[in-house]
Amino acid sequence: MNIAQRKFDVLVIGAGGGGLRSALQLSQADAKVAVVSKVFPTRSHTVAAQGGMNAALANVSPDNWHWHMFDTVKGSDYLGDQDAIEYMCRAASHLVYELEHQGVPFSRLDNGKIYQRPFGGQSQNFGGDQAARTCAAADRTGHAILHSLYQQNIRAKTHFFDEFFAIDLIRAEDGMILGALVLEIETGEPLIIEAKTTLLATGGVGQLFRTNTNAHINTGDGLGMALRAGIPLEDMEFFQFHPTGIAGRGMLITEGARGEGGFLVNKDGERFMERYAPHAKDLASRDVVSRAISTEVREGRGCGENADHVMLKLDHLGKEVLSKRLPGISAMVQTFLGFDPAEQAIPVFPTAHYTMGGIPTDRYGQVVVPVEQGEESVQGLYAVGECACVSVHGANRLGGNSLLDIVVFGRAAGNHIIDYLKDNRYHRPLVSDGIDMAMQRLARWDKKGKGESVAKMKDEVQTTMEKYCGVFRTQDVLDEGVKKIMELEQRMADVRLQDHSKIFNTARIEALELENLVDLALATVSSAAARTESRGAHSRIDYPDRNDAHWLKHSLYYKENNRIEYKPVRLKAMTVDTFPPKERVY
Amino acid sequence: MRFKIQRFDPDKDKKPYLQDYVLENVTPGMMLRDALLELKAKDESLTFRHSCGEGVCGSDALNINGTNGLGCLTPVSDLKEPIIVRSVPGMPIVRDLVVDMTQFFHHYRAVKPYLTVTDPMPEVELHQTPEQRDKLDGLYECILCGCCTTSCPSFWWNPDKFRGPAALLQAYRFLADSRDQATDERLQELDGPYRMFRCHTIMNCVNVCPKGLNPTEAIHKIKKMMIKEMV
Repeated sequence: MNIAQRKFDVLVIGAGGGGLRSALQLSQADAKVAVVSKVFPTRSHTVAAQGGMNAALANVSPDNWHWHMFDTVKGSDYLGDQDAIEYMCRAASHLVYELEHQGVPFSRLDNGKIYQRPFGGQSQNFGGDQAARTCAAADRTGHAILHSLYQQNIRAKTHFFDEFFAIDLIRAEDGMILGALVLEIETGEPLIIEAKTTLLATGGVGQLFRTNTNAHINTGDGLGMALRAGIPLEDMEFFQFHPTGIAGRGMLITEGARGEGGFLVNKDGERFMERYAPHAKDLASRDVVSRAISTEVREGRGCGENADHVMLKLDHLGKEVLSKRLPGISAMVQTFLGFDPAEQAIPVFPTAHYTMGGIPTDRYGQVVVPVEQGEESVQGLYAVGECACVSVHGANRLGGNSLLDIVVFGRAAGNHIIDYLKDNRYHRPLVSDGIDMAMQRLARWDKKGKGESVAKMKDEVQTTMEKYCGVFRTQDVLDEGVKKIMELEQRMADVRLQDHSKIFNTARIEALELENLVDLALATVSSAAARTESRGAHSRIDYPDRNDAHWLKHSLYYKENNRIEYKPVRLKAMTVDTFPPKERVY
Repeated sequence: MRFKIQRFDPDKDKKPYLQDYVLENVTPGMMLRDALLELKAKDESLTFRHSCGEGVCGSDALNINGTNGLGCLTPVSDLKEPIIVRSVPGMPIVRDLVVDMTQFFHHYRAVKPYLTVTDPMPEVELHQTPEQRDKLDGLYECILCGCCTTSCPSFWWNPDKFRGPAALLQAYRFLADSRDQATDERLQELDGPYRMFRCHTIMNCVNVCPKGLNPTEAIHKIKKMMIKEMV
């Protein structure tokens, strides 16, 4: 079969903040960059980030990067790699200034500097008073950053392949990545994009769970591609449940709402966070607040007819603060709940939000896999953003650190690739085996006849994950979850498409996404069943304590035989002393 | 609940037609996007774009009972039955409710929608007072859904020459930014009989914007800036 081919220096898959920041760095260095995205770039899910981006600018409260590093290490429940965290926190201020220069319309203080608000898990002086470290453009920071980065890429003449879906990586026999097979959604035609380096920036997999804050597109496509290429996924058991999704619907209400002074109450009107986190209260880490809300509901102090949620009170903040600092969520509550949050409290419940785990990388964005002694990089492959696991978030991400993560490591990967390209001037010859495998994946969906529908299977994956891999976990429930997902995996062979047309066939895209979801559901629930401790977002009722003696290590899940290995946490920072694990209180 | 939804398969159909659908389980608070997803679960060939479901990604601009809007922000309970859903007008139809947005994005890129600063950059942020920053409110929030441009008769008549309300709003977003230093070039680019001056203040754009933005006012302000330049 004759498949069209294009050739670039770099192939970036995904056009969210991570992909676009990398692409910008590369285009500005005159590399030939192709950005492939299954949606038009400004539709990527970075656009939905609300509250802001952390950097110790000290515009509002005294601050420095070292305090930010401490908070991030503590927030990660000591599972984060401290060299990468130091790198990120040191780079943060520079990256915010750079975004500002690129046009991001940050909110401003009276002195003309960037506005910063308090967010969860932030402290001054290594665990002291609350810090205000989150740089914000009202509550539309992700939108502001994504649009600015896309705009700067227009200026830098980056090549965009809008509405192309990546099927699989093309791999040489020695494991080197040579590009990817992609599908043009509008025509249904496959295309080979050859590249000296490929960067995955495909985002997280919030669609694993029925109620989630994520967009329809967040199906972990890059994670699925990595697994199929034999690359393990790191720390998939750590999935963040955001404390304040709109109850039953899932839309995100930013942590910035609590940063601006909002607080949570139970059915008795009690500010219950005072019991769980006497010092930080409503601005404790997300895992802590989510567990607190779930506990309130489990113990019968939930609100509403079914006592199944708590309330987020913003009505004391006044209309002006809401319209100035939280206009986006105010409009959203009006649209979806039919009232003004300046007048009425918002029903909220922990909602699946963020994939802490992902494709293992070093702090240059290079994908790394274990070898006999230590690890080595996969030649020609990088990953950044939510699909990657550097790991800066460890077992629990701090609010405001994901927008930071994507630009810091997007840029770092771009710089590393520029160096790599100097030593690797020529494309390697393509191998047909790699292409054939990817084409088979596509051809599988041409099978006709009766079978189960994609929509029904997706629904079952999501309900299963919600039921068996939620906020609180036990061995029995997780083992049952593994079994159920494996059954679903078996049933995948009987799923059939009814629509076999070529032009803009979204049903085919959803089938390919479903394959990724099933693989990632199994990765997540299997990794969770294996970890017999509680750490960060992974809360085991049967193992309520953190167990550093056995579990201060990263999981590595391989698709082959559903196998899990482990690797040590990098406790050694770049230049400063290690923050040794200690009890985590807020 | 009864729907009439535009269908078009370029391999089979000479032109688009409306197909009847009935949705049995209408849930409270159901948005049009939710309804379309329910219908698609039964008939997977029904094709439309959508993603975030909360009005920030801008994927699902549709023509709903004759008016442009986002599927995800339009409650079906507010709509008169049968609910007639078509693709946004004036754009080539790719399939069903999906249109080719090439022209729309061409105009967007043409206004050079990026901050241009010619002075050396400071090592910290460029300063901007809260009042200067307030001028960007109502401009930067655009989600590029295309509801405005595709509801504009001036754009329907001259889609290749008139930039359209979305692109012009973006042009003004940078003209209004105290940090930007490309005012002259931006105004020059918009001069001439078509690019901006085809706007006849019909104001369809303002009526349909799902984010409550006002492109007509932005266009008016660009015109004022041009006059000031000329004097």
